[in-house]
Amino acid sequence: MTENNTLVRVDSLVKHFPITQGIIIQRQIGAVKAVDDISFEIKHGETLGLVGESGCGKSTTGRAILQLHSPTSGHVFYKDEDLTTVTDTRMRKLRRDMQIIFQDPYASLNPRLTIGDIISEPLDVHNIGTQAERRERVQELLNLVRLNPYFIKRYPHEFSGGQRQRIGVARALALNPEFIVCDEPISALDVSVQAQVVNLLEELQDQLNLTYLFIAHDLSMVRHISNRIAVMYLGKLVELADRDELFHNKMHPYAIALLSAVPIPDPIKERQRKRIILEGDVPSPANPPSGCRFHTRCPIAEDVCKVEDPPFEEKAPGHWVACHFVKKAQEQMI
Amino acid sequence: MDNREVILDIQDLHARFHTQEGLVHAVNGITYQVHAGETLGIVGESGCGKSVSMLSVMDLLIKPPAEVIAEAILFKGDDLRNFSVNEMRKVRGSNMTMIFQDPMTSLNPVLTIGFQIKEPLKLHLGMSDEEASKRAAELLTLVNIPEAESRLSDYPHQFSGGMRQRAMVAIALACNPSLLIADEPTTALDVTIQAQLVELVKEIQAKLGMALIWITHDLGVVAGLAERVIVMYAGYVVEDAMIDELYGNPLHPYTLALLKSLPRLDERTDRLLETIEGLPPSLLECPDCCPFEPRCEFSVDKCREINPMLEEVGPDHRIACWVDVKTGELR
Repeated sequence: MTENNTLVRVDSLVKHFPITQGIIIQRQIGAVKAVDDISFEIKHGETLGLVGESGCGKSTTGRAILQLHSPTSGHVFYKDEDLTTVTDTRMRKLRRDMQIIFQDPYASLNPRLTIGDIISEPLDVHNIGTQAERRERVQELLNLVRLNPYFIKRYPHEFSGGQRQRIGVARALALNPEFIVCDEPISALDVSVQAQVVNLLEELQDQLNLTYLFIAHDLSMVRHISNRIAVMYLGKLVELADRDELFHNKMHPYAIALLSAVPIPDPIKERQRKRIILEGDVPSPANPPSGCRFHTRCPIAEDVCKVEDPPFEEKAPGHWVACHFVKKAQEQMI
Repeated sequence: MDNREVILDIQDLHARFHTQEGLVHAVNGITYQVHAGETLGIVGESGCGKSVSMLSVMDLLIKPPAEVIAEAILFKGDDLRNFSVNEMRKVRGSNMTMIFQDPMTSLNPVLTIGFQIKEPLKLHLGMSDEEASKRAAELLTLVNIPEAESRLSDYPHQFSGGMRQRAMVAIALACNPSLLIADEPTTALDVTIQAQLVELVKEIQAKLGMALIWITHDLGVVAGLAERVIVMYAGYVVEDAMIDELYGNPLHPYTLALLKSLPRLDERTDRLLETIEGLPPSLLECPDCCPFEPRCEFSVDKCREINPMLEEVGPDHRIACWVDVKTGELR
């Protein structure tokens, strides 16, 4: 499975959050199975889009890759180094190469620090350069994300949402990383500002040869920015394919339903589309359904789906799906 | 023109807020009509005044700091501005109802779902508790909540987000309103749940025939739902057109730019997205020029001098712009 151009390889990653009972003596009475045995690769220089509904485990996956949540089991390889077993000192060093941009630009910047302090913090933490060099680097970074270097002494509250997200991007870029997890970077922004931030991310990728894991629930934007797209449902990957392959040859019933539910800003097309409305809500990840986790909402589920969890298989070159009835799904749902 | 009866007629509505920083001009003179049974979409970014305009109509703003001035707000021919507090209370929640963005906070957490649905039934229609319970169960069934009767005694925390929003719809529909205002009802929901709610509201509207105002920032949702769309920017209505016309032939530079900046699920784009440079203006100032001028690619001298009024430029198509976007010259 390992190719030379693989940057990150996730192997059977599991992250369960324990549910405990009792105040003094805590007993574990269950677990929220946020991420349950997923495997995929991220190639050098690509953007992998990770989509799914809230609570499906996409953010947990991003954080578990960066070891911000320590995985319950499984491995994450970064350039053939297993992040789950490396020493803390080594991990600290590796963190320079992998950064994260958070969803909420209002909560992810310390309101008591100036923009200059926020952006130079990673440099301070890793002891890089002299103070003058750091200041110069901050100005360079502000230029890179197209903010006026004159803003260096200002505080976060003086900026709009889109500008704050640029500050978050500048901070992530401070240490010249190779890999950035973008955790819903645009969902808190206004429509007219989203395009500005997405364009910035794309330009920076070309300029600095970055690799992105782009987590989002806006499928239209994910289609625009990603090379490959992975769809998650309740802690599992259900489909992973090249962007165009996923849109033209979708196989998993959940992916088919999800794509049909995304509104298109064109009234004529909207009237002609076949929309698949899924019944009910996403079950709780603390108590996921047996067998295939989607069988409770799946319009084509059969008895076997209730018992047997479908394997995540390569059904076409580079196109991975976890479903027993791919043919039936494509015949009946598209 | 629409021959249906006009049920809501808003004329020159202004809404302002007195704040410590100064006067915030949230809505700056908007005029439009809603016809019986019509679905009107109101689209705009946060802070463009779309919610505040509806809250002013419903008289739900706290005054002060808010201040609402209008030439007329006619609901079924009666001017709501002349209504007393009690009269307004009778209209609100029965004839004209509203559902809100956040289903987590718009239901009272310490009262059962049943109690909250029965409340308007008893208050506005004078039903007995027994009748109201029966009707409440019917309403929950109408919004596709299974085992409605037993769920009436549930509290909001026992419902999922999508179910809470459906319970909100049930409350709003309790007294057969002639106008339902939905203020970003799907923004907090996931796409598959959003699709459920949109389908549900469409079905119910076809069944009951009320007029619907759907406020959103998502041009996609409106495309599958509305008959007519109003686009707002910085407290002004900048474009008002029938749905196919608006998407097929947008004439205001803001609408045009907004549509171009959206990535689309049905189209592959390898180029960068088109952006609208800059930010929406501060509402503290209310300049005489066109509010979109600083971000507009078509702007000419006249735009900096006089703010254009909303004018008819085609059948059922009104825009507020001096420039013809097709030629780039003054119209």
